[in-house]
Amino acid sequence: MTPAPDHPHAAVPPWRDVRVLRIVAQAVALLVVAVLIGIAVRNMLMAMEARGLGFGFGFLNRSAGFEISESPIPYRPSDTYGTAFIVGLLNTLFVSVIGIVLATVLGIIVGVARLSPNWLVNKVAAGYVELMRNTPLLVQLFIIYFAIFLQLPSVGDTLAWGEGVFLNQRGVFVPGPQAQAGLVPWLALVAAGVVVAIGASRVASSRELDGRPVPGLRLAGIGVLLVLVFGGWAVTGPFAFDLPVRERFNFVGGLRLSPEFSALLFGLVIYTAAFIGEVVRGGIQAVRRGQVEAARALGLSEGQTLRLIVFPQAMRVIVPPLTSQYLNLAKNSSLAVAIGYPDLFKVGQTMANQTGQPVPVLVLIMGTYLAISLVTSLFMNIYNRRVQVLER
Amino acid sequence: MSGSRLSFIALIVLALVVTACGDTPPPSDAVSQAPGASLDVDPAPDESEDAEESEAPAPEQPSEGRLALVQDRGELICGVNGSLPGFSFLDSDGNNTGFDVDFCRAVAAAVLGDSEAVEYRALSADQRGPALQTGEVDVLIRNTTWTVSRDTQWGLFAPTTFYDGQAIMVNADLGAETLEDLEGATICVQTGTTTELNLADAFGQIGVEIDPQTFADIDPTYQAYEEGRCDAVTSDRSQLVGRRSVFENPDDHVILDAVISKEPLGPVAPLGDDEWFNVIKWVTYATIEAEELGIDSTNVEEQLESDNPVVLRLLGVTPEGTDPFESGLGLEPDWVVDVISQVGNYAEIYDRNLGPSTPFDLERGLNSLWTEGGLLYAPPYR
Repeated sequence: MTPAPDHPHAAVPPWRDVRVLRIVAQAVALLVVAVLIGIAVRNMLMAMEARGLGFGFGFLNRSAGFEISESPIPYRPSDTYGTAFIVGLLNTLFVSVIGIVLATVLGIIVGVARLSPNWLVNKVAAGYVELMRNTPLLVQLFIIYFAIFLQLPSVGDTLAWGEGVFLNQRGVFVPGPQAQAGLVPWLALVAAGVVVAIGASRVASSRELDGRPVPGLRLAGIGVLLVLVFGGWAVTGPFAFDLPVRERFNFVGGLRLSPEFSALLFGLVIYTAAFIGEVVRGGIQAVRRGQVEAARALGLSEGQTLRLIVFPQAMRVIVPPLTSQYLNLAKNSSLAVAIGYPDLFKVGQTMANQTGQPVPVLVLIMGTYLAISLVTSLFMNIYNRRVQVLER
Repeated sequence: MSGSRLSFIALIVLALVVTACGDTPPPSDAVSQAPGASLDVDPAPDESEDAEESEAPAPEQPSEGRLALVQDRGELICGVNGSLPGFSFLDSDGNNTGFDVDFCRAVAAAVLGDSEAVEYRALSADQRGPALQTGEVDVLIRNTTWTVSRDTQWGLFAPTTFYDGQAIMVNADLGAETLEDLEGATICVQTGTTTELNLADAFGQIGVEIDPQTFADIDPTYQAYEEGRCDAVTSDRSQLVGRRSVFENPDDHVILDAVISKEPLGPVAPLGDDEWFNVIKWVTYATIEAEELGIDSTNVEEQLESDNPVVLRLLGVTPEGTDPFESGLGLEPDWVVDVISQVGNYAEIYDRNLGPSTPFDLERGLNSLWTEGGLLYAPPYR
């Protein structure tokens, strides 16, 4: 590059001005990307037009005609494709949310276990993580479904506990709660009890800080809560229970956890928990050693150190990769199609096949997964910001 | 600065090249337009209008058509099931065998002269429609039921090669004999099939509640039934017979007599190519006509000297002093000889794959010639 001239205010020609070049380069890159996307979309539309595949969402109002084996809302084959899609979406959300909660719990346990000085615990956790991370999820799901859940006793040999709980290869059957008139009063009593317990706990904490502790206040608060919950149950009778009954082929009534749902949940949880365990372990190890030493020097126990000092600082490092793992779990739930759980992707596939329009349906499926992922990331980013601010 | 200047110029050139490449219009030709505009109830107004205005309504196939494409390629790409004993299945030597596979071979023999010049693509029930729509396979011979929506959306259906019906297979010790006996039962079924829809219709009609369990692939469906996850499994009767033959204890399973629906199975050609559709159609008819005329793979050589003019015309033999017969299909005049000598006529194909010498031993029933009370009827070859 030529040395700067004597007069520093001489104009730099545009083709050597870094700011101009940056803008032009970005504009050109944007143009190239836009052109490539335009070609791809145009090609697809032209090909679809040539082959007579329309692009439209009118089929969502047509009658579906197929059954869905489990659904949180009432569904009949005469309902529309739109309703069927919503059922699939609810099934996916159901398994994803429960899966995220359970995987986080298990993942934290695994991550802490990996750092345990106990040799056996450490090695078992390490073995578990390596096994789950290095085998494909689909294979794990097949093994769990066919080799574990379908090998449970058949309907004829059902295992029973008392009158209401049954276990066989068609699922776990438990009594199903039916809301009665006393539900709302009972919920009000429970809410009141929770308020009292939290209030008592707060008062007890502030009195402890003042140096005038009130012994047993917390326990009293919890006692009031329990009395209100169980006493209220006896008085208002909020639920009646619908017991599962054996009919000719199956158990009817009550709540049922199907083997497909259980196998999918189980597989997703143990798979994702291995990854989350490693993320948690990384986060804990990222906290400076000095913090732990200082905490021990102040007299905090191992558990208190972990809970009060290490974890809050580790969360900063844990939350972003944790978000990725949650998104992975939500998207991996689409493997349900292999074991017969009617999630969003499976219902969408059936729709694409029956309506003969795979492209709009695939666009709809992708859009829905994108929406689920974006909402999850949004919440996680809000939480992330809160965790970040805690540092001085 | 010369480094970044060069890359700057390179980017401009790339953008120009890419933009220029994107504007090549499709070649328009005389092939008829794909009958697809009537698909949607409410097409999104913006997209459909744009697509219609942007170019003339001409299909995108190369101006040659699929027949020329296959002949240039030298190989036929045939979409098959791959997991259905009797129809298309990998035998212990790793070769594709079956009723549908034999019809793939017949098309290859007619078009390419070699019945082994076929590449088989195994497709699941969900994949077969898009595979045909997007042109990934040349022809779909995969125990596909002929329905009006598939006829307008997936492809053109060639004559039915197997008249089937939907049936239900149950465990023998359940003691069920009619559909009503299955109240409350769990029934395994595959998604993406007419079976799934018919199940809902049939049981809804008689007011019996059942618990359907759907799977995307054929293997998990039957495996779940065998494990006891379902009390019954439903599909085309021929498929049930085929899959039962590979169960551990085939005699523990019984197929109910009730016929739930009509399932005419046949080859499917892609939309928009009349010439190719005619080829597929007439290859199918040729096997039926050959059985009707008594031509099979053992006597096709002698039949070349027959004194029946119908036989001679079918086999492409031109008697002295007459002009050769032009079928207009675009194939060699003796294409039927290739088909019959390499693959056989309909009876041979049926007996080889589904007949008394196989574990299935399916009666011809509706799949006999019209002269024997069945539904197979080939139009005259003239």
